[in-house]
Amino acid sequence: MAGVRRETLQAWALILPALVLLVAFTHWPAVATLVDSLYTTPKGSRPPRFVGVENYVALMDDPVFWRALHNNAVYALVTIPASVVLALLMALAVNTALPGRPLLRMAYFTPTMLPMIAVANIWLFFFTPDYGLFDRIVGVFGMGRHNWLGDAATALPAMMAVAVWKEAGFFMIFYLAALQAMPPDLKEAASLEGSSRWNFFRRVTLPLLMPTTLFVLVNAVINAFRLVDHVVVMTRGGPDNATTLLLYYIYETGFRFWDTAMAATLTVVLLALLGTLAIFQFGVLGRRVHYR
Amino acid sequence: MTIRNQMNESGADVRLHGVARSWGATTALSGISLHVRAGSFCVLLGPSGCGKTTCLRIVAGLEQASAGVVEIGGRDVTALPPAQRGVAMVFQSYALFPHLTVAENIMFGLKARSVPKPDRLRRLDRAVEILGIGHLLARRPGQLSGGQQQRVALGRAIVAEAPVCLMDEPLSNLDAQLRAEMRREILALQRRLGITMLYVTHDQTEAMGMADQVVLLRDGRVEQDAPPADMYSRPATSFAASFIGTPPMNLLKLSHEGMVPGTGGPVLGPPRAAATLAGIRPEALRLSDHGIPAEVTHAEYLGADTVMVCSVGAEGRLLARLPGRVAIADGALVHFDFGPADLHLFDAATGHRIPQPA
Ligand SMILES: Nc1ncnc2c1ncn2[C@@H]1O[C@H](COP(=O)(O)OP(=O)(O)O)[C@@H](O)[C@H]1O
Ligand SMILES: [Mg+2]
Repeated sequence: MAGVRRETLQAWALILPALVLLVAFTHWPAVATLVDSLYTTPKGSRPPRFVGVENYVALMDDPVFWRALHNNAVYALVTIPASVVLALLMALAVNTALPGRPLLRMAYFTPTMLPMIAVANIWLFFFTPDYGLFDRIVGVFGMGRHNWLGDAATALPAMMAVAVWKEAGFFMIFYLAALQAMPPDLKEAASLEGSSRWNFFRRVTLPLLMPTTLFVLVNAVINAFRLVDHVVVMTRGGPDNATTLLLYYIYETGFRFWDTAMAATLTVVLLALLGTLAIFQFGVLGRRVHYR
Repeated sequence: MTIRNQMNESGADVRLHGVARSWGATTALSGISLHVRAGSFCVLLGPSGCGKTTCLRIVAGLEQASAGVVEIGGRDVTALPPAQRGVAMVFQSYALFPHLTVAENIMFGLKARSVPKPDRLRRLDRAVEILGIGHLLARRPGQLSGGQQQRVALGRAIVAEAPVCLMDEPLSNLDAQLRAEMRREILALQRRLGITMLYVTHDQTEAMGMADQVVLLRDGRVEQDAPPADMYSRPATSFAASFIGTPPMNLLKLSHEGMVPGTGGPVLGPPRAAATLAGIRPEALRLSDHGIPAEVTHAEYLGADTVMVCSVGAEGRLLARLPGRVAIADGALVHFDFGPADLHLFDAATGHRIPQPA
C-alpha cells in the first residue's frame, strides 16, 4: 500500500512542472477568456459588469467580424489545399534521384527556416509597385504598374501567396520523410505487375501517405488561423479590411482599441471554430486513414 | 491472351548470354551465361554477396545489365521493362501492400492490367484454392503470420499466370519447420503450374531438395551448372565440393607423394608436382582396420547418425558421418576406409577437378 502511494506521489511530482506550465499559460487563460467574454470591458473606475451573452449578440452585428470571418474562410480554403498539394509535389520531385538533390531540398526548406517577419519583408519588396518582382514580370507581358497590396482585389490573394510559400516547404519535409520510409520493393513489385506510375501513385503512394496528410492538414488548418505576422507587417488588415483575418482582428480589438471583452469574445469564437474543425478532421478523416 | 496461356502451359526458356553488372569498382556479375529449360526448376546458389540477387533482378528487369543479353521464351527482353517480360516475382520481404486486403493484394496486378472482373475472380479463386488462404481474404498483411504473408505473395505470383517465376530467398524469414513445409509446397506448385522457376538461395539443402538444375555462383561467376545429383557426385571445383553437403566434403592437402602429410599412407593421389587436394564426403567414410589413420577429437550424436571430428596427420581435419550411434572415446585412434569412386582430386592452386583414370 505504502509503495503504491509513493509511486503515485512520484508520478505526480514528475508531471507537476509540465502541468503547472500548461495550467498557467494555457488552461487558466482559456477559462479566464471565457469568463471575460461574459463581462463588459473595465474602463477607468468602472469595474467589469456581468452581461451574459450580450457581447456575442453585439458581435453578430459587427460587420468587420463577418468580413474577417469571410476573409479567413477564403484564406483557409485556398492556402490549405494549395500548400498541401504543392508540398506533396515538391516532396515527390526531390524524392527521385536527381543530381543536386540535397541543394534542391535545402532550397525548398529555406522559407520554413525564415521568421515570418523576414518573409513578409521579402515579399513586401516582391509586391512593390513598378520595380518589385511581380510588376517586372507582368511588365514583360506589357501590363502596367499594379499596387498589389493597395488594391482590395489583390491584397488578400497576395497574403495567401506569402502563406503558401512559407508553409509548403515545411509540409514537404513531412511528406519527404514518409516517402523515404516507404519500402522501395513495393514500387518494384508494382512495376512487375504492370502498374503504371500514376496507378501506383493513386493506389499505393497516396493511401500510404494518408497519416502524413492528416497530420499536415491539421497543422495547415491551425496555421491558417494562427499565422498573421505577415498581415501585421504588410497591410495591417487593409485596404478597407480586405486582409483582416480573425486573429488580426482580435489583436486590433484587444490591443489597439483596448476592448478586452470583445477581444475575449472573438477569441472564444475562434477557439470554438478550431475545436470543431479538429474534431471533424480526426473523426471523419481519421477513420479513413490507414495506420501501419 | 491466348499466347500467354499457351506459354504458361509449359513455361518459357530463360537464357542469359554473358550478362555482367558492375557498380563503379565493384563487380557483382562478370559474364554469366546459363540456360534454364522451360518448365524446369533452377536454383541460383552461392554464398552471400556472390551476385544471386543481382542476377535475378536483371532477369526481372529491375536492374539493367552492363553487358550481355537476357532471353525469355526466345525473345530478347534485355531492353524491355519488367511488366513486359512475362515474369512474376516473389520478394524476400514479400512486398505486400500494407493498406490493401489479401484479395486486393493478389488482384493488384490484374486490376492494373485491366483484366476483366470475371477473369480476375476466376484467377483469384484458383490461387486461393491452391494455397488454402480462403479465410484470409479480407485481412490486411499486418494481420497475417509470416507463413501466411508468404502464401499471399505466392498468390500474387500465381494469378499473374506468367510463364516464368522468380523467387529471391523466399523462405529466409520463416522458421525451420515452416520452411520445410513451404519448400515442398513451392515445388508442388511449380510442377502443377508447369512454370519455369528461377529460385535464389544460399542454403544448399534447399537447392539439393528442389532443383532440376543448380547454378552455383561465386564472386559473380558460374562455378558449376549441373543437376543436383551431379553437383554432389562430381563437383567441378574444390569450392563446389566444399559448398554442397552437410557437413560439406573433406578437403585434405596432399604431399608430393600423394599422402596426407604426417601419415605413413595410404597414397590417396598420384604423385604430382603441383599441390593437390583430396576430397572425400563425410558420409563416404567408414570405420575400418586399415585406411586413413585419424585421431578422434570430438563426436556429435545427431540421432540418425554421428558426426565424428578427427585430426589427420600434421594439420589435416576430417569429418566422418557414420550411421547410428557410434561410441568412441575422444582421443581414440581409428582408421577410415572408402570406395575408390568416393575420392575426388582437385588442383590446390586453381581449384579445378583433376580427371582420374577410370
Ligand atoms: N545497388 C548496388 N550498388 C552497389 N553495389 C551493389 C549494389 N547491389 C549489389 N551490389 C554489390 O554486388 C554484389 C552482389 O550483390 P548481391 O547480388 O545482392 O549478392 P547476393 O544476393 O548473392 O547476396 C555485392 O558485393 C554487393 O555489395
Ligand atoms: Mg541476395
